[in-house]
Amino acid sequence: MTDAAWIEAALTAARPQAVAALVRYFRDLDLAEEAFQEACLKALQAWPRNGPPRDVRAWLILVGRNAALDGLRRSARHTALPEEAALSDLEDAESALAARLDESHFRDDVLRLLFVCCHPCLPATQQIAMALRIVCGVPMPRIARAFLVSEAAMEQRLTRAKARIAAAEVPFEAPDAEERSERLFAVAAVAYLLFNEGYSAADGAARAELCAEAIRLGRILIRLFPEDPEITGLCALMLLQHARAGARFDAAGDVVLLESQDRAVWDRQMIAEGLALVDKAMRRRRPGPYQIQAAIAALHARAARAEETDWGEIAVLYAALERLQPSPVVTLNRAVAVAKCEGAAAALDLIEPLAERLEGYFHFHGVRGALLLDLGREAEARRAFQKAIGLANSPAEAAHIRARLDALIAKEPKDGEDHHVPVVQ
Amino acid sequence: MLYAILCYHDEETVWSWDKEREASVMKGLGEVQARLAAAGKMGPSARLFPTTSAVTLRKHVEPPLVIDGPFAETKEQLLGLYVLDVADLDEALGAARELAAANPGGAYEIRPLALYNPDPRPAA
Repeated sequence: MTDAAWIEAALTAARPQAVAALVRYFRDLDLAEEAFQEACLKALQAWPRNGPPRDVRAWLILVGRNAALDGLRRSARHTALPEEAALSDLEDAESALAARLDESHFRDDVLRLLFVCCHPCLPATQQIAMALRIVCGVPMPRIARAFLVSEAAMEQRLTRAKARIAAAEVPFEAPDAEERSERLFAVAAVAYLLFNEGYSAADGAARAELCAEAIRLGRILIRLFPEDPEITGLCALMLLQHARAGARFDAAGDVVLLESQDRAVWDRQMIAEGLALVDKAMRRRRPGPYQIQAAIAALHARAARAEETDWGEIAVLYAALERLQPSPVVTLNRAVAVAKCEGAAAALDLIEPLAERLEGYFHFHGVRGALLLDLGREAEARRAFQKAIGLANSPAEAAHIRARLDALIAKEPKDGEDHHVPVVQ
Repeated sequence: MLYAILCYHDEETVWSWDKEREASVMKGLGEVQARLAAAGKMGPSARLFPTTSAVTLRKHVEPPLVIDGPFAETKEQLLGLYVLDVADLDEALGAARELAAANPGGAYEIRPLALYNPDPRPAA
């Protein structure tokens, strides 16, 4: 028994390796994609009737390659496409191909494809779109929806990206070891950008899908580089953040701050996997920015209630992140943690030097206002909140600060509500 | 007789399921498990995270070596297991067929248990 949903999942899972192998064969992205689509069509016809093949990837590669060659009218010089009836069982051809395509081969294929899609000649938005389309196989309309552009505009963006890759004469050869590690981080960065694209998407379904694709890409990267703790850390970070997806928005679609989220809604399974990956990465004792951010997310995930958050440890981790990747936004995040464990005065000392660089940043003024309020400097707090409202990125952010401002004006005792500032990369 | 049903499948496929697919498979499996439990045949069961979360302790050397990743790179991975208390292999196969109908794809390895230690932790 082979149902449609199973076939779809199998095709999705096989896609990166199959397309990557076809790219190696044809050295052409469009041709490889078409070949894969042809193979999928044939799978949808043949598998329900004859059952799935033993090796899904090898079947798709073989059938896709033959179909494309047929299309190119060069089939005479190659193995002819088997009869439809024989498609169920390509045992001989399939096993021979499978033997040639060992795991290390697949590894290089997928890596090459990722490197091509994330080539430095492309701007970040095109890299993400290419990774989504070519590697993950997300249909064009859904990519367009996630990026809030029309399908035509997305189509054009991808066409331009492919033209650029052709013009840059990006080699389809397997990169050597040195180039691999250099560009691995570009690929990891694209995976994380993709995740953040989903994390901040307005449309709930698009959001979940992009985040899930980014995590899938992350798992592919772990399989390619099992010994690189930063890749494992990246995957952990994405899982721990995505685990909160169900609690991050209220019924009206407004953002709910971390401290106010209903932790019962957090996805415990994703958290468990994320925590396991953090532990696994940390064993290597080669800390990096993704691992540290994952460790911070892990501390939030481990706290059953917001009040149980280990802010002291979070402050230490932000300090470590600051050393590795200095940025005023990271310092601002550290200050939020410092305020929780050392008090508002220490935190204010940390952020005052950032005033110039973060002048136009909503969270800076929001945090600063809260700290000033804590210290009883109400007039300054009011001015900071007013600045924050002017810079709010969403009605929810503005409403949040407005509430604080109203409370301040009404001179009511403050409710001790926490501020959390998301790390913005 | 205690039998283990070891569930093998391509983890990339299984972990690519969307929420609806995941929920419908779990519901189908839950129904089979409830039937087996009602007949007193269902022992403990477990589902494993993908091998990307695995480390392996190679113990052929001293001290043992910790390696990131699964023990072996295979097309299908061990994704979970059931323990069943059944009369014989036929009955174990019957249960496996029912589970397979609820969750097609991959393979079940059916193996008798040589030793069984129930969960020694105090009940919660």
